[in-house]
Amino acid sequence: MKRTGAQIVWETLMREGVEVVFGYPGGANLPIYDAMLDYPVRHVLVRHEQGAAHMADGYARASGRVGVAMATSGPGATNLVTGIATAMMDSSPTVFLTGQVVSKFIGYDAFQETDVTGITLPITKHNYLVTRVEELGDVLREAFYIARTGRPGPVLVDIAKDAQQNSTDWEYSDRPIQLRGYRPNRHPLSRQVEQALEMLSAARKPLILAGRGVLLSGAMRELREFAERAHIPVAVTLLGIGAFPASHPLSLGMMGMHGEAWVNQAIQESDLLLAFGMRFDDRVTGNLKTYAPNARKIHLDIDPAEINKNVRVDLGIVGDLRESLQEFLDHLPQMDHSEWVEHINTLKGESAVRDIQYLPPDGHLYAAHVIHDLWRYTGGNALVVTDVGQHQMWTAQYYRHDQPFQWITSGGLGTMGFGLPAAIGAKIARPDAEVWAVVGDGGFQMTAAELSTAAQEGVKVNVAIINNGFLGMVRQWQEFFYDRRYAATPMRSPDFVKLAEAHGLTGLRVWRREEVFDAIQRARETDGTVVIDFRVEQEDSVYPMVPAGADLHNMIRRPVRNPLVETAQDEM
Amino acid sequence: MRHTLVALVEDKPGVLNRVASLFRRRAFNIESLTVGHTEQPGLSRMTIVVDGDDVAIERLTAYLYKLVNVVHVEDLTHVPAVTRDLAMIKVAAPPETRTQVMQVVDVYRARIVDVTTQSLIIEVTGDEEKIESFVEVLRPLGILEMVRTGLLAMSRGGAPLYPPPNGNGNGHHAAASAD
Repeated sequence: MKRTGAQIVWETLMREGVEVVFGYPGGANLPIYDAMLDYPVRHVLVRHEQGAAHMADGYARASGRVGVAMATSGPGATNLVTGIATAMMDSSPTVFLTGQVVSKFIGYDAFQETDVTGITLPITKHNYLVTRVEELGDVLREAFYIARTGRPGPVLVDIAKDAQQNSTDWEYSDRPIQLRGYRPNRHPLSRQVEQALEMLSAARKPLILAGRGVLLSGAMRELREFAERAHIPVAVTLLGIGAFPASHPLSLGMMGMHGEAWVNQAIQESDLLLAFGMRFDDRVTGNLKTYAPNARKIHLDIDPAEINKNVRVDLGIVGDLRESLQEFLDHLPQMDHSEWVEHINTLKGESAVRDIQYLPPDGHLYAAHVIHDLWRYTGGNALVVTDVGQHQMWTAQYYRHDQPFQWITSGGLGTMGFGLPAAIGAKIARPDAEVWAVVGDGGFQMTAAELSTAAQEGVKVNVAIINNGFLGMVRQWQEFFYDRRYAATPMRSPDFVKLAEAHGLTGLRVWRREEVFDAIQRARETDGTVVIDFRVEQEDSVYPMVPAGADLHNMIRRPVRNPLVETAQDEM
Repeated sequence: MRHTLVALVEDKPGVLNRVASLFRRRAFNIESLTVGHTEQPGLSRMTIVVDGDDVAIERLTAYLYKLVNVVHVEDLTHVPAVTRDLAMIKVAAPPETRTQVMQVVDVYRARIVDVTTQSLIIEVTGDEEKIESFVEVLRPLGILEMVRTGLLAMSRGGAPLYPPPNGNGNGHHAAASAD
């Protein structure tokens, strides 16, 4: 049947199960927008294309489905770039559709022309420039296929305006996609699994490091079964939060730069690391030369390029994590590592929880209190989305997740401005979830215009601004490493309550801990998006902290102000 | 050390850019890169000479496989292989030195492909050592201009590069083994 390129776009999206797209129209994608009106799809008009990219990303992370964002050529496409890079670093299955100038003008610096495939080459899993309508159908199918299979990631399709306008005989085909150069392996090699089991049986201090791969492959049950049967404690990466229940007796918590001290200590003492779907990021390992010096390492990942990239491992097993763990479970015997587990329990002694208990009662509101209370009052069941900075680390530390897919944060790229739009995308993906965006006063202002999108779309997210009047994480580094010279970190903000009200939304302000509960309650009971401005202690820092590049066991601990806890200070 | 990689890639617009860009982005230095058609329609073949230790090259190979258009990669550094470079060299050849130049050409089994009264263009094929030694010998006689193709490589023996006899190419299993 004769179809225009624009119709092919929407028919393919319908066949891919796309129900919502986030985007912004412009000259070079007008044909696609015009055709949109004939298809049952929800379009969310953003205020800046970066917002569309983060929303598509948040949508994908919350639902496991492919998130889709659209923009016009030139500035529309370049505005997507930060969001695409964010999705790339965190393996988020997303498809970006950009309009491109008419094909005969490509290369002539036409109005709003940019080399978008060139720009996004290193930050997409793959990208396409389509100049002929005849290619469009196959390219779009490939784009979705590549985005969601293997190690997921963003795929961009740049479509020349004439390829949108021209017609061709086209019928959607669901024949299997075969790409000569793209055949991700799902099945682990059995002999490697056997080898791993042998290494495991020889280990006395094994530790599981669980990353986002657990969530992406849906291996939560297999991970739990594995950990319980082999009796091995589980530490998670920032993006692995939720992969293993935080309240499980074998759960250790988060590793790395702002991870729990005992987790990093356990890693350093371990004799076998089982890395499941994580990539030994520098924020996780600290100094590679002294990282887990006594441990043999087994690395399971779908991406062969992650094996031996940062950390040289003894055994790398490539495959879908769920399938790999299933293969393990077919052979895994019951094991007992009580001695090791108890040893780690003694390492715990001092816990992050002490922050909440021992922060000085000086009338100040502490971020730790806010997050802890948010966790308590929402029963630990909220879908929590963060921005990037101190509040992100505090939320990772104090909001404990027992369920998967309740935690969305920009890990790899560390994108300020991610929080609010990603939360909007997540809420649209899961309308029944209670969504909280925990953001800092800095990052929030990078994409605060999306409040307007939330208002127009009637999307309810609760925004908790951890407002300390500083770019807090940078200020913390200045305090620790730059002699408290606060260059460009004090930040004056607008009245966030009035800002919310200007959008027709509800704004609240909290100064004292006693007011936290009421504000959270009011936010939960109010229709529409609510912004709470939590005025917290200005110069608080995130502890513990492994300075960048330092040994993992050399952590900066919170200075003790309460004599009751002084005794446990020098343990590390 | 120097490694010689051969990559089979889909013959599509922009693929050379993807490969070259990968080297830049992952901070590898390309010493030479050649690309051309193969016996298989739709596939181009790149020969890439790159500096790095075995671990780095293993990583580079994995990165190359991440590119959707890369079908197969092989490191020919440690296998018996024929390698060839082709150079065209414009040499000053006035009557006083012309005989000398032509003798050198003879010894190296090179060919003269262009002649003027004052110069010659010489074409020479061989492995890199031969070409370099040829260039060194000519240099005192006055090289005016030179161009080289960069290395081409092919493994010896009857087995074709692709499809590989055992192995699945893209998405390959990492070869790291315990101890």
